[in-house]
Amino acid sequence: MTTYPENYRYTKEHEWVLMEGDVGTVGITDHAQNELGDIVYVDLPKVGTRVEQNKSLGSVESVKAVSDIYSPVSGEIVEINQDLSQTPEKINQDPHGAAWLVRIRLSAPDEVKQLMTAAEYRSHIGAES
Amino acid sequence: MVDFGGWEMPVQYSGIIDEHLAVRRAAGLFDVSHMGEIEVRGPEALRLVDFATTNAAARLKDGQAQYSGLLYEHGGFVDDVLVHRIAEKHFLLCVNAGNQEKDFEHIRSLNRFDAEVEFASPKYAQLAIQGPYALAALGKLTAADLGAIRYYWFTYGAVSGTDALIARTGYTGEDGFEIYIPPEEAPRLWNEVLEAGREFGIKPCGLGARNTLRLEARMALYGHEIDASTTPYEAGLDWIVKLDKGDFVGRQALLKQKETGIRRKLAGFEMCGRGIARDGYEVRVDGRPAGWVTSGSPAPALNKNIGLCYLPVEMATTGRPIQIIIRNQPVDAVTVETPFYRRAK
Repeated sequence: MTTYPENYRYTKEHEWVLMEGDVGTVGITDHAQNELGDIVYVDLPKVGTRVEQNKSLGSVESVKAVSDIYSPVSGEIVEINQDLSQTPEKINQDPHGAAWLVRIRLSAPDEVKQLMTAAEYRSHIGAES
Repeated sequence: MVDFGGWEMPVQYSGIIDEHLAVRRAAGLFDVSHMGEIEVRGPEALRLVDFATTNAAARLKDGQAQYSGLLYEHGGFVDDVLVHRIAEKHFLLCVNAGNQEKDFEHIRSLNRFDAEVEFASPKYAQLAIQGPYALAALGKLTAADLGAIRYYWFTYGAVSGTDALIARTGYTGEDGFEIYIPPEEAPRLWNEVLEAGREFGIKPCGLGARNTLRLEARMALYGHEIDASTTPYEAGLDWIVKLDKGDFVGRQALLKQKETGIRRKLAGFEMCGRGIARDGYEVRVDGRPAGWVTSGSPAPALNKNIGLCYLPVEMATTGRPIQIIIRNQPVDAVTVETPFYRRAK
């Protein structure tokens, strides 16, 4: 049974965000990596790029398909996980930890309130599968 | 699980890469019961099959199979099919799941012969056992001499007590077998083949690995490399067209195309830049639109990103730099010889 950290917030599109001050760390959920299968490629924006909530900020590709990453929040990219370009398979191994994707400085911190809690996300994917 | 023409099909079990490599190095088991079967029987069964398909069905002997095309008059594909000659008056066609009703109606509409066409899909489940250890694994379950079955031949035999048509055919580029069995026996046989193959490292494989394996081997997939708008010549399937065998559906169009020459041709490519080509992506040559990707994927056994695309025939030569448009960015690729993967004999 996968654990979805209680201090993370989740989107319907299977991203998560962990808030620390006004910066959110973003990744995709264990459910998402499991649905995608072997991840072989990650396309992330450059530091300084402005992203909008629910808009694509990049993509992850598995052997079978390419999938957009939708930004859970609006703001500016302040850091990207450089390790993933060489080892995208880390997303399959540790999607909620070491394989975070980007860090975003939020421009509208209230947006986080629209996201799902861990319990809501678990019930969301329970209904989907 | 994905819905595939009404069948609940797993895309993957342990993962596409893991399954793909198991087939290349050991063995894999695929449930391909979704494939359709059409049987043709009667005194003129051969005449109907030969008229409906592009390859020379008349050259088949009992127990032999042949890859062939089912065409419209205009030369485009209704489907690609495997023709099995069970007996002089009895043929079994294995066809694509999504095309089976269309194929059946098409063949029936051509039947001005003394032959009967049966929609036989409900009678068969099909398992594919593929890979270098396929023979060793399946051999534990049957007294049939599997080693004596040549490539693209078949025999009848009992597999774990169930009568089966055992064909040495496949869609992976590896040695292997496809067995046609009664549907009610399929779950049991699935488990028994897995058990028999366990010592060889057999793995259950889904639709995802089936696609990457066939792509590395440059085998066509209906709806991608071939469809109603493409001809065998364009798809590089000249070898399944036997113009000299007599009349068949599509022959006039193919004769004409042979005379005037084709305008586009299927070509293999590999990515040079970072990125994966996917079905439908635009292909450019020297910055100008030139064609489209029919299939594209990482190639797990080759550690490359590969694909097939249609290009104007004069550009479809190997070693040509091309660009694939990936999310609005041109990414460099180069045309290469196919198949991408060829097994060591």
